[in-house]
Amino acid sequence: MNILEFTGLVCAGSVIAGLLGSLTGLGGGVVLVPLLTLFFKVDIRYAVGASLVSVIATSSGAAAAYVKEGFSNIRIGMFLEIATTIGALLGAFLAARVSGNVIATVFGLVLFYSAYLAGRPRVKHAFDDIPDPLATRLKMNGSFPEGEGMRHYCVHRVPTGFSLMFGAGALSGLLGIGSGAVKVLAMDQAMRIPFKVSTTTSNFMIGVTAAASAGIYLNRGYIDPGLAMPVMLGVLAGSFIGTRILVRAETKWLRLVFAAIILMLGGQMLYKVLAGRI
Amino acid sequence: MRRFTRWTDQRVEDIIGNLLRAGVILSALVVFVGAMVYLARHGQKPVDYRTFRGEPSDLRHIRGIVEDAASFEGRGIIQLGLLLLIATPVARVAFSIFGFALEGDRMYAGFTLIVLMVLLFSLLGSSLS
Repeated sequence: MNILEFTGLVCAGSVIAGLLGSLTGLGGGVVLVPLLTLFFKVDIRYAVGASLVSVIATSSGAAAAYVKEGFSNIRIGMFLEIATTIGALLGAFLAARVSGNVIATVFGLVLFYSAYLAGRPRVKHAFDDIPDPLATRLKMNGSFPEGEGMRHYCVHRVPTGFSLMFGAGALSGLLGIGSGAVKVLAMDQAMRIPFKVSTTTSNFMIGVTAAASAGIYLNRGYIDPGLAMPVMLGVLAGSFIGTRILVRAETKWLRLVFAAIILMLGGQMLYKVLAGRI
Repeated sequence: MRRFTRWTDQRVEDIIGNLLRAGVILSALVVFVGAMVYLARHGQKPVDYRTFRGEPSDLRHIRGIVEDAASFEGRGIIQLGLLLLIATPVARVAFSIFGFALEGDRMYAGFTLIVLMVLLFSLLGSSLS
């Protein structure tokens, strides 16, 4: 395969990954790295570097649209970014210390977990309006547009959320993914932030988190322009199409298909590690 | 006062939204130009990403990337576009400090400053060594 063919194929694959990622809200990173390593036989470190770059592109592109809607809470995001960026530095340093096998194994497990999250129905929790003293001191409680008025919400369990965010950042730095699933889990489940606010705030945090490890990746030579170019342009195009064609359609079956795909990729990734082929 | 604060929040967010969009579009354009140069010159060569060698040192540091791009090297131009992309969220955070300071929110200006320091450490600290 020459460079022209390779670039075209990787670009096409990245368009699909970006499309799936934006339609399901899980991001393209989780499909991209397995796609590159399993099908294009790319070394996992190059794959992780290219994926991380595309994560910054989609997050920044989407955040531009979200911030205008008034859902994302910049104070919650900025405070938690202290945890995600420091976590991301740690993850990126770890990525340089451990072997490709370890990265692939952790990646396989994260794929299984993402498949579980994507496949299960979302648990709705009851809101309570008893303010948490720490969250109040940090000015995190907010409101978002719902129906005709604004709906107020209170934030809870800040330390738990902060620790989970540190983990999300470390995974992002180690695996080159946005780890939006873990971020939403921390905000939606632990901190009891309304789902719409959690997803949009997570999206704006992803780009900043990824930028924290990208500097280290660049410096260590993980970011190859020849590979990152088709991946970045492809994912960007795919997610752009995704946000245009499907805004309110039924995504339940799509999430199930996506869950099945990443489950398969996770299994294959772990199999290759065991068979010693990564 | 509260109403005024919210208006400022929204205003700052609007500017940030435009900043992010401009950064992504600009970097995608630069990457695209680099891609054309790169593919025109090297498109027929065989591809090999199976084994990790790491990038040559000029593509790992800001100075080397800028020099490569200035001499119209395809890979250097692409890398410059990627560098612009990485800088976009950093600029966003830097602008947020300004936004919080404008609102008189010292606590959050401080939090944001911490985030900016971490980002600059990653981007510049490792690049200068």
